[in-house]
Amino acid sequence: MFDPKTIQQDFPILAREFDGRRLVYLDNASTSQKPKSVIDALTKYYTQHNANIHRAVYTLAEEATLAYEGTREEVRKFINAKQLEEIIFTRNTTESINLVAYTWGTENIHAGDTIIVSTLEHHSNLVPWQQLAKKTGATLKVIPFSDDPEKAYTLDLEWFRKNVDSSLKLLAITQASNTTGTIVPVKEFIDIAHAHGAVTLIDAAQSASHMPIDVQYLDTDFLAFSSHKMLGPTGVGVLYGKQSILEKMPPFLFGGDMIREVHQYESTWNDLPWKFEAGTPNIADVVAFREALRYLKKLGLDNVLAHDQELVAYTKSRLAKIPQVVVHAPRDTKQMTGIVSFELSNLSVPGLSVHPHDIAEIFNSEGVAIRGGHHCAQPLMEKLKISSTARMSFYIYNTKEDVDAAIDAIKKVLETFHVN
Amino acid sequence: MDMYAENILDHFQHPRHKGAIITPTIELEDANPLCGDKLKLALQIDSTNPKNPVIKDIGFEGSGCAISQAAMSMIAEELYGKNLLDAENITKETIYEMLGVPLSTARVKCALLSYSLLKKALILLKHQ
Repeated sequence: MFDPKTIQQDFPILAREFDGRRLVYLDNASTSQKPKSVIDALTKYYTQHNANIHRAVYTLAEEATLAYEGTREEVRKFINAKQLEEIIFTRNTTESINLVAYTWGTENIHAGDTIIVSTLEHHSNLVPWQQLAKKTGATLKVIPFSDDPEKAYTLDLEWFRKNVDSSLKLLAITQASNTTGTIVPVKEFIDIAHAHGAVTLIDAAQSASHMPIDVQYLDTDFLAFSSHKMLGPTGVGVLYGKQSILEKMPPFLFGGDMIREVHQYESTWNDLPWKFEAGTPNIADVVAFREALRYLKKLGLDNVLAHDQELVAYTKSRLAKIPQVVVHAPRDTKQMTGIVSFELSNLSVPGLSVHPHDIAEIFNSEGVAIRGGHHCAQPLMEKLKISSTARMSFYIYNTKEDVDAAIDAIKKVLETFHVN
Repeated sequence: MDMYAENILDHFQHPRHKGAIITPTIELEDANPLCGDKLKLALQIDSTNPKNPVIKDIGFEGSGCAISQAAMSMIAEELYGKNLLDAENITKETIYEMLGVPLSTARVKCALLSYSLLKKALILLKHQ
């Protein structure tokens, strides 16, 4: 196991103070902070190796290409993909999912087909499919929460088993919710989808940073995640796709680098993965992303998840002692990543609660950064019959002291709003 | 300085003119998609003197953060019984002054939801 206090030393931003208070950063589901090794890699790239990749023959360009492709190999190992060709760099998870929707989706989804997502989806793994279904006349279905109170906030696997048939062409679900922190046992869903001949896409934006992922074990056809939530720079996303499927897909964006031969009226496409990387990519950030992956690998993703769950268990136990707090989370902490969403309600005046924006504002005045809002999961908010939640999300540098600071901030909110 | 001054909390927890009004002349709603603040504003205009229409009644409904709801309550209190011209004269600065607390960029949207709703209502009234 690692010591979060030691880890804090590697993150320059955590030394910042606001009005004399140290920064307590609990918005990691949004984006993580960056260790010095990642920041240094960015500077080093621009001061030592900057050149465009894949084309020029001079040494500098060779260095840049090697560094860029080196990250691809690091990603391949990180998720245990079989082939380098299966790792495509995009801008972010959203772009990775849209790539699949616009290429595989438009060629393979037709009227009468079914696409299934879950009630936990972030807008980025809902809207592309919702719009594709509208355009093609396909049906969009949503895996609901389980009715069993013991399994609150977890997906209903039985519903999926009962509602799946041969019309299912795509199962697109998240591996971990950005709102409730629920970890979805995606392997079980993938196996059922495959038994009906469907293709699967896993949104790993919240999971790749918090738990080990083995795409060969999962056997998923696609998997998408972002660098910036896992210590890396913004502007880099990954799409994993099985080589056999990627080969049959048409390109997403056209232009430089993605072509083999261009004639005035005809073109042919480059090999995988470059067929899907048109134009000059985000070289520097991809290069620096490698350091983020190395950092996480050194810690061990099993340890990261164990650390998350320790903090979540501690948070839940402290929140349980505050009667005004309503937590939106699975009962079993072992089914959660490091996210705790909650609301504050006024026990003496029902209906008059403190809005999560006001909660987040008062947290800020205490030096604690959290998120208040719908977390880009509005359909989930509708299901829960709430407008928004306040969300704490943890990462490797967070400690129980950070949770204590959050609890003190909650007390300040209750006091300010005279909620009792 | 504290954003949650007593006057804001007072308006938030005891909103003035909250609820539906009888025979509204105009009624419209708006939301702040970023945080889910919602407001619905209704005005009853007495145009007996067409040169000087009067806001005979004002009512609002809504949910959201303290800033968005308090600002709406303050506007309603300010404009009840006043002339339409007084409503025209309300500016963003009027809202900031009424709230009287420093607002971060992110919260300006909350504070001005009621303001933009009022201005939309005034434009629609002109076209009625």
